[in-house]
Amino acid sequence: MLFRSETPNLWTLLAPPTVWALHFLFCYVAGAIICAKAPEALDELRLAIAAATILALVFIVVAGMQAHRHWGFGSDMPPHDTPTDEDQQHFLGLATMLLCALSAVAVIFGAMPALFIAECMR
Amino acid sequence: MLLGACSGPQSALDPAGREASEVALLFWVMLVGAAIIWLVVIGAAMFGGKWQKQPLSERAGLRIVLYGGAVIPTIVLAALLVFGLRLMPMLRAGEPELRITMSGEQYWWRVTYAAPDGSKVESANELRLPAGRAAEITLDSVDVIHSFWIPSLAGKMDMIPGRTNRLVLHPERTGIYRGVCAEFCGRSHAFMAFPVVVMEPAAFEAWLAREAAPALSKADNGAFLANGCGGCHTVRGTQATGSIGPDLTHFADRQSIGAGILPNTPDNRRRFIAETETLKPGVRMPSFGALPPAELGAIAAYLGSLE
Ligand code: HEC
Ligand SMILES: [Cu+2]
Repeated sequence: MLFRSETPNLWTLLAPPTVWALHFLFCYVAGAIICAKAPEALDELRLAIAAATILALVFIVVAGMQAHRHWGFGSDMPPHDTPTDEDQQHFLGLATMLLCALSAVAVIFGAMPALFIAECMR
Repeated sequence: MLLGACSGPQSALDPAGREASEVALLFWVMLVGAAIIWLVVIGAAMFGGKWQKQPLSERAGLRIVLYGGAVIPTIVLAALLVFGLRLMPMLRAGEPELRITMSGEQYWWRVTYAAPDGSKVESANELRLPAGRAAEITLDSVDVIHSFWIPSLAGKMDMIPGRTNRLVLHPERTGIYRGVCAEFCGRSHAFMAFPVVVMEPAAFEAWLAREAAPALSKADNGAFLANGCGGCHTVRGTQATGSIGPDLTHFADRQSIGAGILPNTPDNRRRFIAETETLKPGVRMPSFGALPPAELGAIAAYLGSLE
């Protein structure tokens, strides 16, 4: 339903921010558990966060490409506010694309501390 | 006048330690960056209002919104994030050569040094550090949340009951600085400070050895003991072994009285004992102003002999 869908809908709109939320949760929950239970496994934590980040970014990029298509590749400019199916598609496509950009930046920012942390704070 | 806060014993803009230098650098980078962005934005507004007479095309307008409103801010934020994150591990780097525990109590500081031989040296209301050496300060609290802040040396760190926080300081310049409690902790919060004396390492070691020794005073401590001071204060090597208040073994060596509120002079020693509750509302020590002047004088003289 999410991918290869001909028309955008609220699910395709919500998917990228949801991925961001899950990625964020994963980074912080995994960080908390590793620091509490196995502080020596910081490098593994870093790898896991890197993998989660790549996965999330791939998903967001694919979703963004699909949204770009739904937007009609920018064939006309916003505001898409006439009550037609086409304008609804273009509106949802553009909104999803912008959310994809935001989610991608947020995912990268959220993962960045993993590059820098040197130890679990006692 | 405006620059009054930019130097002196308690200024984050006049750093005397590695952490504070990083914080000051971060501040200047942000200040200059913010000034540049402000100039560009105001400049663009003036340009648009005064000189640009034709409206831009819709595409050009959207492009300005995209770059000015999204792309450039994201890049600037990313750069600041990297800059800030990079600082954090550095703040705890390096094996500390000295370990000190500081505990916040309404409204003073209990200070315990780990001597080179592993023994503990009790002190209070003053922190001495060797210049050029990393010192790890372990911070906790026995009552409410306090916060430990020596602006000249580092950023602040909370002291939380039931939790131990760690801060590593790298003082670089000898001198006397001022630390404060930076979290409101009660009526005398504003009177909870301490001098920080950064010394040459050799002088520090000599001082620590002296601080570890029992009191050397030959003065008469009869009035001190008779009035129950020893029930709350320890003077090592005497019958005074209380632990409710600050250790006074080498009290006369300290820069200040009452957690940084008064310079440690004979007059102020007498005044602090006589007017404790006026000087520090809510303090956990009763005022002894009702004592006969001769007795107050004897106690103050004894305190002054505790070198
Ligand atoms: C009920 C316990 C108690 C008694 C009794 C008591 N004190 Fe105190 N004293 C304290 C506490 C607590 C402090 C810390 C006050 C603060 O700064 O918040 C203190 C602080 C001090 C200080 C300042 C120490 C410093 O490091 O700056 C001096 C000096 C002092 N007391 C002397 C005396 C003398 C002399 C007597 C007896 C006449 C006495 N105290 C009796 C609890 C007590
Ligand atoms: Cu406090």
